Amino acid sequence: MSFCGIAEVVINQKVGPEHYLMRILAPELTRLAKPGQFVHVRCSSVLDPLLRRPISLHGIDYERGTVSLLYQVVGRGTQLLSEMKPGAEIDIMGPLGKGFSIPDRANRVLVIGGGIGVAPLFPLVQALKRYKIKQTVLLGARSADFVVGADQLASLEVRVEVSTDDGSLGYKGFVTDLAEKHVKLNKPDYFFACGPNPMLKQLLKITRKFGLAGQVSLEERMGCGVGACLACVCKIKVASGRCSVAGVNEGAPIDFEYKKVCTDGPVFAASEVILDD
Amino acid sequence: MTELAVNLGGLQMKNPVTTASGTFGFGPEYAPFVDLNKLGAIVVKGITLKPRKGNPTPRIAETPAGILNCIGLQNPGVDYFIEKSLPYLRQYDTPVIVNIAGNSLEDYAEVTRRLSAAEGVAALEVNISCPNVKEGGMIFGTSCTMASEVIGVVRQNTRLPVIAKLSPNVTDIVEIARGVAEAGADALALINTLLGMKIDVYSRKPVLGNIMGGLSGPAIRPVAVRIVWQVAQAVQLPILGMGGIMTAEDALEFILAGATAIAVGTANFINPRATVDILEGIKQYMEKYGVKDINELVGAAWN
Repeated sequence: MSFCGIAEVVINQKVGPEHYLMRILAPELTRLAKPGQFVHVRCSSVLDPLLRRPISLHGIDYERGTVSLLYQVVGRGTQLLSEMKPGAEIDIMGPLGKGFSIPDRANRVLVIGGGIGVAPLFPLVQALKRYKIKQTVLLGARSADFVVGADQLASLEVRVEVSTDDGSLGYKGFVTDLAEKHVKLNKPDYFFACGPNPMLKQLLKITRKFGLAGQVSLEERMGCGVGACLACVCKIKVASGRCSVAGVNEGAPIDFEYKKVCTDGPVFAASEVILDD
Repeated sequence: MTELAVNLGGLQMKNPVTTASGTFGFGPEYAPFVDLNKLGAIVVKGITLKPRKGNPTPRIAETPAGILNCIGLQNPGVDYFIEKSLPYLRQYDTPVIVNIAGNSLEDYAEVTRRLSAAEGVAALEVNISCPNVKEGGMIFGTSCTMASEVIGVVRQNTRLPVIAKLSPNVTDIVEIARGVAEAGADALALINTLLGMKIDVYSRKPVLGNIMGGLSGPAIRPVAVRIVWQVAQAVQLPILGMGGIMTAEDALEFILAGATAIAVGTANFINPRATVDILEGIKQYMEKYGVKDINELVGAAWN
């Protein structure tokens, strides 16, 4: 079930150079929410921009009945969203999609977030903590000021390592380099990741090389959010195609089908996704 | 009491509000938001003989008050639809209109035969106007001869009402409407999307994976209203009007232009309850202005 209606913006504050944190009072929606799911929000009440914007749940506060969204202003829709004031009404649908699931075999977990992809990982990290599962969180961003949420994670008392492309904070380089080091050194038994496609693509190469299973949260331009319009699809290997953990797929093309990011995902098993360049 | 029932080329509907093919899935997608029993009919996603993967992403781009899409008729094929999707839809007291597409006349014929033999199909909407597939689709709908041939083949293979969904991407849509009427169509669906495109000026590349796509949403509504107006006065077939209907007022505009029924498309994405909200708004309008029967409004703007 999903909620669709008007909710109240409680907080909407700038937390980074292009980043905002919005907290929304929506008890009915919050009650149903799980880590990795998203909401579909309208950014204005007029017809331009027309579509809702899918934004992952960054915080789920079951007691207060609030969800929070950590989002980056990337266009007109998110710009309008960033201009909403506390007390404003927001048209919100959700929770939508299939979120993260924590398998029994996950005991030493690596959580990797790239850019704004860190947003949906917070409720997951909290859930892992509740289950007392050992975890390391790797955050990657282009520079120090684009690293969001590191303090928040530190307050959860989980191990956090940061990488920046320009070296202005933490490791200088890509978060996938950090991930590879960590996989070699600490031998995690499961991973969760969210970030831009090039990052995920590189990460899948690494995790497949080391036979590390996990889940990735994908992003795609979305229409309806409920599985009707088939706009937000991603390539998923079909059972008949050889599904190689080692990632030596060069040569024979793997057969795929398009699955819906909105309802089949946004979280998929890392072994089944195919990311194009 | 207001009378909302309409008859669309032999298809009896309890009210004029339907869903535009491709925007409402196969029904269950919107069931959490809408009582499907309240709809006049459900028009499902386009079905082909064999399953289709569809086009590469991005498949959608936003434009001023509109969207471009290039889904490419992704669907599980007619047999899967009959086996898996129809039983769900049969639970509801709402007629199901199946949108069909094909690469060849034989495809259209076979899909028509299989759906006509299935239980729970109330009518066929023949898609000869999809702008997003290389073969078939719009190529059938932009030539008068080919459009008529497709409709003729479907007509020969079914007793179900046949609704021809026409493309606006033509020089003279009235001519094509006349052609499909002669070929045996019972009703017309107007309009499919307008062919368009968008270029990202920073990457200097087209935004859509398939380069071009179909424009829908409020941006196209005036074009759609004009086409319904023209065709309704030239051809003696009932019309299922669509194109950017967001509100009851938009829907009434189509009815006044000559549409017997209307389909809600893109609006579902923005308001998942758009169909029932529009139906409620039509009722309120009729009560407020003393309209006893919705059919009184069909084409009422002509004189």
